[in-house]
Amino acid sequence: MKYMLLIYRDEAAMQAATEKQMSEVMGAYMAYTKAMRESGAFVAGDPLQPSSTATTVRVANGKSKVLNGPYAESKEQLGGYYILDVPDLDAALSWAARCPGAQHGALEVRPVRPM
Amino acid sequence: MAEVGAEVGAEAGGDARRAVELAARQSYGKLLAFLAARTGDLAGAEDALADAFAAALQVWPEQGVPRSPEAWLLAIARRRLIDAARRRRTRTESVQSLLQLAEEFAAAGDSMDIPDDRLRLMFACAHPALPTEVHAPLMLQAVLGFDAGTIASAFLVAPATMGQRLVRAKRKIQEAGIPFRLPEADELRERLGSVLEAIYAAFTEGWADPAGTVLRRRDLAEEAIWLGRLVASLLPDEPEALGLLALMLHAEARRAARRDQSGGFVPLAQQDPARWDARLAGEAESLLLAASRMGRIGRFQLEAAVQSAHAARRQSGRTDWAAILELYNALLSETGSPVVAINRAVVLAELQGSGVGLEALDALADDRRLTEYQPYWAARAGLLALARKTEAAEDAYDRAIGLEADPAVRRFLQQRRAELRATK
Repeated sequence: MKYMLLIYRDEAAMQAATEKQMSEVMGAYMAYTKAMRESGAFVAGDPLQPSSTATTVRVANGKSKVLNGPYAESKEQLGGYYILDVPDLDAALSWAARCPGAQHGALEVRPVRPM
Repeated sequence: MAEVGAEVGAEAGGDARRAVELAARQSYGKLLAFLAARTGDLAGAEDALADAFAAALQVWPEQGVPRSPEAWLLAIARRRLIDAARRRRTRTESVQSLLQLAEEFAAAGDSMDIPDDRLRLMFACAHPALPTEVHAPLMLQAVLGFDAGTIASAFLVAPATMGQRLVRAKRKIQEAGIPFRLPEADELRERLGSVLEAIYAAFTEGWADPAGTVLRRRDLAEEAIWLGRLVASLLPDEPEALGLLALMLHAEARRAARRDQSGGFVPLAQQDPARWDARLAGEAESLLLAASRMGRIGRFQLEAAVQSAHAARRQSGRTDWAAILELYNALLSETGSPVVAINRAVVLAELQGSGVGLEALDALADDRRLTEYQPYWAARAGLLALARKTEAAEDAYDRAIGLEADPAVRRFLQQRRAELRATK
């Protein structure tokens, strides 16, 4: 089954991090992604630019409305994602637990709906 | 459970009907576990199995009870599952898994030896990805075949609400890919904890009707013990599984003693030990002993040990409060539970006087959950009464009486409250 891991973390805290801390986090993500690729679970995954770069679009009564900012304002913001292909939820949950982002924020695990 | 209410007139039909009931009782959970573990679809497996039991009620009275009822039921359920999957015809991959499934079923049916996957089913029902409050109901439905209405009345929830919770949980099992398997060794203990919690939740719901006046609820305690026996027999090296069974058996041993002849409530301290069931208590003791030899203490073993210390009054004629206090100290550091803290305060009062007990209760007063927790107010009222703080005791009794659902306990508390005035 395919699952999406949505990585949420506090952007303000991330931006306040020192260069050394940042490079540690980057290193951890690279190792994590590599391990996921080598296990065959990796399908896709990317970090996202901060939510200050987000734009929200909605179409109402045939008119599109473009709003500056992310869809939902929250204490922790979506900062990246992975899509993985593993046998079951437990396998997805253990990948989520290993993700460096799980230590700084939270991961949401969602099954991908097969079409 | 499969509808077993069809009219069967003839004598032979009655035998066949009893055979269906027996198969439902003995094999329902096992067959469902086998089907669900292989399809990942609990709801679909339930439907297929219900069809198989309905077919048995029609066919067995006419053609006789098959040599292996389990294999017969499984064959019908398999056909239903395959038909249903063909009708849905959703994904190409499902065709492949279907063929594999059919082969597995055929193999299992031929050997007449269906693997027991009930433990896997229980781990799926108590998976942390499902809301805690649905663990016990789901387990009762999947392993024992209870219908949603029965479960709803046992847990004091509207049947529609319970039905919806169960449907949602089953949908999540399928759509989120919750596995039907034993967790890895490093996770087994923690996951087993939620399985045991769910069984205990079912037991305490049944226990909440101490007289057994509501038959269904008494049954629930018995069914929970049955589940506890199943887990203990499948995981005999897990001391907490044995501890939970010991705890439930100790409580069960005292069921009859909790009521006097006129149906009045009898608190533990006033129960006649001669009315306790020595056989159940003895079984509980040997389980607890076996668990303690494994050298891994845990919440359920400690709770069972408290019950064991109370049960010792049967032989010694007295209660060793100091030993019980030590057990509650250990339990409190293990669980941090306010319920444990209340019991510990009552034991403290036995040993060091009502003032010390009340101080311990006061320390809990900030926990907002306790404002609606009857045992907190009953304990408080009892200690205030001992301390001769009559007015405060009356207030606390009122809170406890107002929060109590069991009429016998309510009458007991009302009597206690009335006695306050008599001794003023």
